[in-house]
Amino acid sequence: MSDVTALFFNAEIMAKTAGFLLDGLWMTVLLCLVVIPVGALGGLVVAVLAALKRRWLNIALVIYVDVFRALPPLVLLVFVYNVPPFAGYKISELEAVVIAFLLNTSSYYGEIFRAGIESVGRGQWEAARSTGLGWWQTMGWVVLPQAVRNVLPDLVSNTLEVAKLTSIASVIALHELMFAARSAQQATFNYSPLILATVIYFVLLWPVVRLLSRLEHRKIAAR
Amino acid sequence: MDRFLFTFFNGEVMWEYLPKILSGMWVTTYLAAFVIATGLALGLLLAVLRSTLSQKMPAPLSWLAEALRLLIIFFVDVMRSVPPLVLIVLFFYGLPALGLDIAGLGATWLALSLVLAAFAEEIYWAGLIAVAKGQWEAARSTGLGFLQTLIYVVLPQAIRLTVPPLTNRTIAITKGTALGQVVAVQEILYQAYSGLSFSSNPSPLTLGALAYLVLFLPVVVAGRWIETRFAWRR
Amino acid sequence: MAAAGRHILDVRGLHKSFGTLAVLKGIDFRLRERELAFVIGPSGSGKSTFLRCCNRLEEPTSGSIHVDGTDILAPGVDINAVRRRIGMVFQSFNLYPHMTALGNVTLALRLASRKSKAEALEIGRAALARVGLAHKAQAHPGELSGGQQQRVAIARALALEPKIVLFDEPTSALDPELVGSVLQVMRDLRETGMTMLVVSHELQFARAAADRVVFMEDGVIVEQGPPEQVFGAPQQARTRAFVARIDGHR
Repeated sequence: MSDVTALFFNAEIMAKTAGFLLDGLWMTVLLCLVVIPVGALGGLVVAVLAALKRRWLNIALVIYVDVFRALPPLVLLVFVYNVPPFAGYKISELEAVVIAFLLNTSSYYGEIFRAGIESVGRGQWEAARSTGLGWWQTMGWVVLPQAVRNVLPDLVSNTLEVAKLTSIASVIALHELMFAARSAQQATFNYSPLILATVIYFVLLWPVVRLLSRLEHRKIAAR
Repeated sequence: MDRFLFTFFNGEVMWEYLPKILSGMWVTTYLAAFVIATGLALGLLLAVLRSTLSQKMPAPLSWLAEALRLLIIFFVDVMRSVPPLVLIVLFFYGLPALGLDIAGLGATWLALSLVLAAFAEEIYWAGLIAVAKGQWEAARSTGLGFLQTLIYVVLPQAIRLTVPPLTNRTIAITKGTALGQVVAVQEILYQAYSGLSFSSNPSPLTLGALAYLVLFLPVVVAGRWIETRFAWRR
Repeated sequence: MAAAGRHILDVRGLHKSFGTLAVLKGIDFRLRERELAFVIGPSGSGKSTFLRCCNRLEEPTSGSIHVDGTDILAPGVDINAVRRRIGMVFQSFNLYPHMTALGNVTLALRLASRKSKAEALEIGRAALARVGLAHKAQAHPGELSGGQQQRVAIARALALEPKIVLFDEPTSALDPELVGSVLQVMRDLRETGMTMLVVSHELQFARAAADRVVFMEDGVIVEQGPPEQVFGAPQQARTRAFVARIDGHR
């Protein structure tokens, strides 16, 4: 059993690699700060375009959303990272992550925003339009604020998933938390850095999970 | 254009790697099936257990029940906050050290099953509390016991409520089988990736992406249909 | 009529508190076989809680309750067996939405009374026929009117051949034009000699059909007696005030 302690819960190794992991954590935070707003904005664009209810546009949007929800994010990332060099473009790790995440997360955020927009009743549209607001004004000032509030738990939930998903950037050797943990593991021949990374993810994201539980239960209570 | 086709849709290379991709599809399929079976079953079990533990009971027993209930909630929270990739790698290295000889396939199955179980538990639980209190009272007033009421009256209604959110979550987690590539599970991505390395041509990767679309696009479309069909009653 | 028969329900010194809030403050009440008692009183007087204590949907804080001679608060009592002998009809019907009318009526016959499938179906159809809904056996609750749903709920209680049926405001959730059909079923039920304890605001019905009217306020029984006495010549000032108030409303 002490073998296990030495291999997995080695305080000395954890202390030695903590700084390295914190560098990785910084990159993870940076990734989240880029990828989440970009994906959410992309999703918002998808949902608002869908609300225009143009037949061909809608078909195109459904195909876009379903294709990128069908492809595993890691497959998308590996594809986006490895294919451009064959076309003569050396893509950086960060660029690849941002593009792959935009395609994946905008599809998920798009579905959530769409459901939110649909949850706002026709009466709101009619009331706003009857006071002389235009389509875009109604969307921006009347419908979207209510839509966002109605699907807030889903938005938080998806954001949590995106934050966790940044760990796949380790596969293309972007130096974020998971990559740092694996490098440290390989350098020290010890699994304690992995445990440390697990604990860091848990400590950082647990409050979000708790908040989410609250939001979800309130949503059910409100039914 | 010819060069483009030659590079990304190279028929010769694709034909060469098709058998590997097909065998990857088989691995992805059965891995996904096992994850869904264990994950959903364990999630249901945990939700029913949590519901049972929330019953009123006498003092010493109630402490034990409360401790178990908190343990379930803690398990769910951990599985929801830690990225699945981290869990897969952790199990891949950790379980053999504990004497459990588990290959990449086993580690991926276990990690994804536990993650799905955690999400499913939350969803089932939400469905259980969404069923009106009057349903419990009516059933109990006719002499049905707690478990009979749960199984015959409350669960059928709860599960109906949970179908749309559960379908979407299950699809999302099942796609995580691609993460098995990292621990050398010979699923689609692994085959496509090694094809890319051997052939120095991205066509195997294109083929792999197509394979995922063949497997998952129908599921995503079905999920969309189920969502409108069983829409969560507002 | 009310004087004959043994006690089906015997409640003594019943107290019920929710936390520090005392809802029932010492209820003594006996109901004879074939008797129909009507409980009236302002909202918050504890009528529904009293009713729900009688089959332990609420757990009494203290006191004793005997149903047909069985002490239902005794430790180790099989509460599910007890409940089969006490029917209950709810304000909001509480039919199982995923089952047909017949499924609703036969579920407890199968699971709690352990009847065979054929027997349960036979009893279930007969119970639906008693409430005039034999033709709706295969309908789901969503396809029935409120009045029909409540009659199915009554059939669900009757199918178990209870010794007593508790009615918790059975017509309060119904549109006015649907109330009559439910009251008619209750009247028929009384003709067959069923023992009934009813919490309701249907005072017309109470006047015409009840053997006894019980006025509750503030967790105690203030006054009880035949309807003509309680409505016509109440003995207590509080009863007089309540009766005057509801008469004024009509």
